[in-house]
Amino acid sequence: MNVCDLIKKYDGKTVVDTVSFTIPKGKVLSLIGPNGAGKSTVMGMISRLIAKDSGVIRFEGKDIGKWKSRELAKKLAILTQHNNVQMKLTVRELVAFGRFPYSGSRLTKEDEKMIDQAISYMELEDFQDRFIDELSGGQRQRAYIAMVIAQDTEYVLLDEPTNNLDIYHASNMMRTVRKLCDELGKTVILVLHEINYAAFYSDYICAFVDGKIAKFGTVEEVVTKENLSEIYKVDFEIIEINNKPLSVYY
Amino acid sequence: MIRRIYGKSWFSTAILAGLLLVVSFVSLFVGVVDIDINTLLTDRNAREFEIFLLSRIPRLLAILCTGTGMSVAGLIMQQLCMNKFVSPTTGATISSAQFGILLSLIFMPNASMWGRTLFSFTMSICGTWIFVWFIQKIQFKDAVLVPLVGIMFGNVIGGVTNFLAYKFEVTQQLSSFLVGSFALVIKGNYELVYLAAPLVVLAFIYANHFNIVGMGKDFAGNLGVNYKLVLFLGLTIAAMITASVVTVVGAISYIGLLVPNIVAMFRGDKIRGTLVDTALFGALFVLVADMIARTVIMPYELPIELIIGIVGSILFIGLLLYKLKNGRKAIRLGRKERNCHG
Repeated sequence: MNVCDLIKKYDGKTVVDTVSFTIPKGKVLSLIGPNGAGKSTVMGMISRLIAKDSGVIRFEGKDIGKWKSRELAKKLAILTQHNNVQMKLTVRELVAFGRFPYSGSRLTKEDEKMIDQAISYMELEDFQDRFIDELSGGQRQRAYIAMVIAQDTEYVLLDEPTNNLDIYHASNMMRTVRKLCDELGKTVILVLHEINYAAFYSDYICAFVDGKIAKFGTVEEVVTKENLSEIYKVDFEIIEINNKPLSVYY
Repeated sequence: MIRRIYGKSWFSTAILAGLLLVVSFVSLFVGVVDIDINTLLTDRNAREFEIFLLSRIPRLLAILCTGTGMSVAGLIMQQLCMNKFVSPTTGATISSAQFGILLSLIFMPNASMWGRTLFSFTMSICGTWIFVWFIQKIQFKDAVLVPLVGIMFGNVIGGVTNFLAYKFEVTQQLSSFLVGSFALVIKGNYELVYLAAPLVVLAFIYANHFNIVGMGKDFAGNLGVNYKLVLFLGLTIAAMITASVVTVVGAISYIGLLVPNIVAMFRGDKIRGTLVDTALFGALFVLVADMIARTVIMPYELPIELIIGIVGSILFIGLLLYKLKNGRKAIRLGRKERNCHG
C-alpha cells in the first residue's frame, strides 16, 4: 500500500499536508506525533473511513476509492476508539461480526470455526457469553481485536489501541500487536501516543508534525535524541534496553 | 457443537408465542356481545358469527400488528440512534405522522385511508429524519438529552398540528388519530395496519445491518456497511410502521420505548436474537392492555392509550429504578449451556 500527496483540510485549515509514504508489508508501523499532527486523520483516510481532499492511496495497485467497501473489508480492518460501548452484545456475537464481509448474516461452518479460533487466540473462551458492556476496558479491547482476527485481513489498522488501558493491559495489547505480525503475518499500522511502546514493539515509525511527515524510518533511525526533541519540542534522553532505543522525558 | 440457538433462547420465544396464542383466543370472546363457541361452530348465519368476522377478528389482527409494529419500530430506532430512550414517541415520529394526517384532512378532506397514509408516511419519515439529522449534528454528551430533544421537537410539531386543526376546524376529525383506540376497528377500515407485517420481516432481514450501524460509524465502515444508507433505510422502516399504526388506530405510546428495553434486559441487543421476542411481547402487551380497556367499565370501553399510559409509566419507573440499582447488568435466566470450548 502506498500513499501519495495526501491532503486533508477541515474548514480551510490543512490538517494533512502532502503526505507520501509506502507501508512496509508484514511489518508493524507506528504513527506518532504530537496532538493534532494529523496521524489519526491519515489513518482514517487510508482505511476509507475519512474522505481525502486530494492525493492517491493505492492498495494492491488499485485506488482505495475504487474498492468495493465490502471487498476492502476482507483485506483491511480498522479499529478506532469510537465504538458504542453501551451495546449489549456478547463477546461471541461481536467477534461474529468480523465475518460479516464474507458471509453477511448467514454464518457458515467455516465462519464458526474462524470465530472459535479468534476467541481462543485472544484467550476469551471464558468470556464469550458475557456482554461486552460488562467487561473491563482491557477485556473489551481484546474482544475487538478478536473480531479483527476473525475478519482475517492482511492489513490491521489500530487507532490508539492502548488508549484508556493501564500499564499491564497496554503492554499486553502491544505484545498482541507484535503477535499479529509475527505469528499471523499481518501488516499492522498503529497510531500511538506512547513513544516507548512504538519504539519497543514496532519495526518502523512514521512521525508527524503539523500534518507533514517529519521522520520515517526504522525504529533506530527515528528514535534519536535530536529527532524526538525536534518533533515534540521537549528534551529527551535515549537509553538502550534490549537493543531498543527507549526515551526518557519529563 | 451446539449453538446457543438450540438452547434456552428458544424457550422464552416459545413461552411468549404460546401465551400470545392463548390470550389471542380468549380475547376473541371478550366483548359486549357474549359469543358462544358452539353457536359459532354450528350456525354460520348467526349474528354472533357476523360480529366475529366483522369486528372481533379484525380487532385482534389490528392489535397484533400494532403491538408487533410499534415495538419493532422502537427497537430499530433505539439501535440506530444508539440511545435506549429513543422511540416513535420520543423521536417525533408519532407527532409527525399526526401532522401528516392533519395535512391530508385539510388538503384532501375526502381522501381515502390510503390517501391519508401517504401523507402520514411522508411526514413521519421526514420528521424522523430531521430529528436524527439534528441529534447527529449536535453530539449530546448526555444520553438523556436526546429523547428530551425528541419530545420537545414532537411537542412543537404537535402544537403546530393543534393550531392548524383549530384554524381549519378539523379538531374533531383529528382527535381520533391523537388518542389510540381499537374501538373503531372493523372490517374494511383497518387493513392498512397489515403493512406492519412485511416491514417487520424486512427489519428481521436487515437486523445485523442495524446492529452494526448501532455500533458506530467507524465500526460499520470497517465491515464495509454503508452507514448512511442503512441508517436511512432503518429509520424509514420504523417511520412507515409507526405511520400505518397511527393512521389506523391512532397514537400508541410507550410500547416502542418499553418493550425493546424490557426484552433487551433479558436477551441483550443482538437484534437477530431479540426481534421475535420483542415482537411477541409487544403484541401480548397491547392485547392485554386492550382486554383491560374493554372490560373495566363494560359495556363501555376506555381508550387503550389510557391503560397503556398507566401501565407503561409504572413499568417505566420500575425500569429506571432497576437500572439505577443494578447498573447495566443483564438479567440471566439460569446458566447457559455451552459445550464448544477449545
